[in-house]
Amino acid sequence: MKVLFFGSLREQLGTGELNTALPDGVKTIGQLLQSLQSQGDAWKLALGTGNVLFAVNQDMVDENTAINDSDEVALFPPVTGG
Amino acid sequence: MISISVQEKDFDVGEEYRQLQSDDTSAGANIGGIAIFTGQVRDLTENPLKFMRLEHYPGMTEKSLQQTAEQAEERWPTIDIRIIHRIGDLAPGEQIVFVGVSSAHRDAAFSACEFSMDILKTSAPFWKKEQHVDGASGWVDAKDVDQQRAERWQDSE
Repeated sequence: MKVLFFGSLREQLGTGELNTALPDGVKTIGQLLQSLQSQGDAWKLALGTGNVLFAVNQDMVDENTAINDSDEVALFPPVTGG
Repeated sequence: MISISVQEKDFDVGEEYRQLQSDDTSAGANIGGIAIFTGQVRDLTENPLKFMRLEHYPGMTEKSLQQTAEQAEERWPTIDIRIIHRIGDLAPGEQIVFVGVSSAHRDAAFSACEFSMDILKTSAPFWKKEQHVDGASGWVDAKDVDQQRAERWQDSE
């Protein structure tokens, strides 16, 4: 699956895009957020703030939204446009 | 009709206004009022701002703005809604955002314009980063007041 990062998250993680298989046992985007934090200290720091928004296939969703391998998933900080 | 644009280039409020003045059916004869909001880059920082860098999520941005305009169209009897949001590097004083709504009556135009701005602020995937004259930079934090303004539309018109 494709996981995109934007804004300060992209900068903190040093990448805007991750291509990865859906980890075992991960069924929701909230679980994916938890799972990605095990990739290292930078990931834990950036993603463990409790202040991350989710999009699946370019729609804003909540953490309980189911995901599968063919989805485009994005994680980003609260938006600041306008 | 809804028109959405996410672009680097500046926009001309006069030209956008003229677009809003005419509708498809009757050369503007159904339109009784037009409400326009524009936003521009402020420099309220103690450290002088060189420019604001606007990042976005291509694809989702356009989809999100389209959905916001469609929600406004469902809630109020609007005729046309035009939303423009700029991306890239914008200096203090430059225009960032345009929301224009035409309608038969002013209440729908005012409300749909304000609604669209409030929802855009909390749901369209844009992020601002301040680049200061001295070389320092920092991401702009989301504001609680913007969240509150968006939430008040959930239970009122």
